[in-house]
Amino acid sequence: MYKAKNGEEIFIVDGHVHNWDASPENIRNIHGKQFIDCFYGYHSALSPPEQVWPPEKFAKYGPDQMVKDLFEDGPDDIAIFQPTYLKDFYKTGFNTLEQNNVLKQKYPDRFILNGAFDPRDGEGGLEALEAQAETYKLKGVKLYTAEWKGDSRGYKLSDPAAYKYLEKAEKLGIKNIHVHKGPTIIPLDRDAFDVADIDHCATDFPNLNFIVEHCGLPRLDDFCWIAVQEANVYGGLAVVLPFIHSRPGYFAKVISELLFWLGEDRILFGSDYGIWTPQWLVDRFMNFELPEDVMKETGKELTLDIKKKILGGNAARLYGVDVEAHKKKHWHAAQHREPAMAK
Amino acid sequence: MTNEKARTDEVRAALDRVTDPELDESVIELGFVTGIDIAGDDVAVTFRLPTYWCAANFSYLMASDMRDAVAGLPWVRRVSVVLDEHMFVEAINDGVAKSQDFAEAFPTEANADLAGIRLNFGLKSFERRQEALLRHLLALGHEPAAILKLDAGGLERINLNAEGISLRRRYLERRPLAQGSALAFVTRNGEKIMDETLNIYLRNIRRVGLNAEFNGALCRGLLAARYGDAPSVLPAEPELIDFMRMGVAQ
Repeated sequence: MYKAKNGEEIFIVDGHVHNWDASPENIRNIHGKQFIDCFYGYHSALSPPEQVWPPEKFAKYGPDQMVKDLFEDGPDDIAIFQPTYLKDFYKTGFNTLEQNNVLKQKYPDRFILNGAFDPRDGEGGLEALEAQAETYKLKGVKLYTAEWKGDSRGYKLSDPAAYKYLEKAEKLGIKNIHVHKGPTIIPLDRDAFDVADIDHCATDFPNLNFIVEHCGLPRLDDFCWIAVQEANVYGGLAVVLPFIHSRPGYFAKVISELLFWLGEDRILFGSDYGIWTPQWLVDRFMNFELPEDVMKETGKELTLDIKKKILGGNAARLYGVDVEAHKKKHWHAAQHREPAMAK
Repeated sequence: MTNEKARTDEVRAALDRVTDPELDESVIELGFVTGIDIAGDDVAVTFRLPTYWCAANFSYLMASDMRDAVAGLPWVRRVSVVLDEHMFVEAINDGVAKSQDFAEAFPTEANADLAGIRLNFGLKSFERRQEALLRHLLALGHEPAAILKLDAGGLERINLNAEGISLRRRYLERRPLAQGSALAFVTRNGEKIMDETLNIYLRNIRRVGLNAEFNGALCRGLLAARYGDAPSVLPAEPELIDFMRMGVAQ
């Protein structure tokens, strides 16, 4: 919960968190080292100086630190775990559903667990998805279309194999498909950041929600163009939001552009913890106002009501969170006690 | 006989015309180029990128464009372009040294050459530069209907200040990519732009430039985080994008 200047209490759903292990013991090869170094680059380039962690802490911060940063020092009411396996780079994986489940068991009301699938896993993968959905009651998955796998150089979500998985997901009640358009790992000759495949599957699966993480960055322009035509395409703000500190002028223009193309109901807050922590992000966002000239350009405002939707309302709707019940159980009388008590 | 200082300046000027296709900014201004070494008629260029993972296809485009730009100077005999610390550093450096195309340098990972990417990002650059020039002309008080009727010659004859001349030069460099009629201003598909809907058109293409600038800011931040104050041939000046005019930068 975040308390606004006017005293209003705001429900926060952090749509994108990780608890990773990139400690030297878990790193398999140079790629694992370079991967966490790159994350650290994002962290140190876009965080306010007082929020920058030493690299050793960044490599593995552990569950207690995470709970403290999200729920005790930070304003999150609920955080959504997005797994990233990367078993080619990390011995036990970078952050997996199984690892995330440990914290979920401890704080069942505070975390939502998302799963993962890879259409290149064929029939076996479909069965595994079914088992995963049943065990963890999944409502969402996180996909990396540019991930390296054997000889494959990534896939498109519009491939027939991916459609089989999306059909399966829909049957299993997995409604929220988070897609990361990542860097090309194998040197493709095509553009691995291309978001055009989302256009096709959003049309063909109108009952699924496609949340494009990082708003399709570095293809925000193409992302806006498809999102305006597809009512079930959403933008996740991770990576975009930290610009509010280092480049507030760019942030103003980008959020205004997103409000213009996607509208206030299809933008989701995500800290991308541990790259950034929710406390400063939410605080800056709540105190942020669009400059006059930017508002004039798009005709869009960023009101308190709109901020509330972005920070929690929209994700709560997608994940079927009973906000009033959660407030009743966890706010005031029991405010922030669940993590502390469970330790 | 050109002396070494003058030759270094020539090489730098040649490299300054090479852009990161995605950011539509010069590799010199971005701080990617770290060294220009000249020994007689031989030139060695070294460069770096913001991350180990920067897409190999884009990296390859930049490296081979740099090689070709320097090789185009009349006195140059041999050119080497060497990338520092990248996932595919060997394949890229090797392929560029042998003047291979991308598919030859990555025989098992690439199916085709990079022409498609080059065209797609060339057209984005076209839209970005066009928007900047159109807004500049409109701010000077030119009537939409009159501007949109101009052919390239007519556009060249408009009297502009230094900023306007630079915007026009940069736009006309990309104009051939969109093909279409003889009109100076067309859509990326070569279609005529209607003066009644010019504002909507500009509103639509605005996102292209904004995306490029946002990525530029991100890449500069990552480059600085990765290399700190490591020397570059020209320090990156984030606010000095020469054709920016809308005050996007802080």
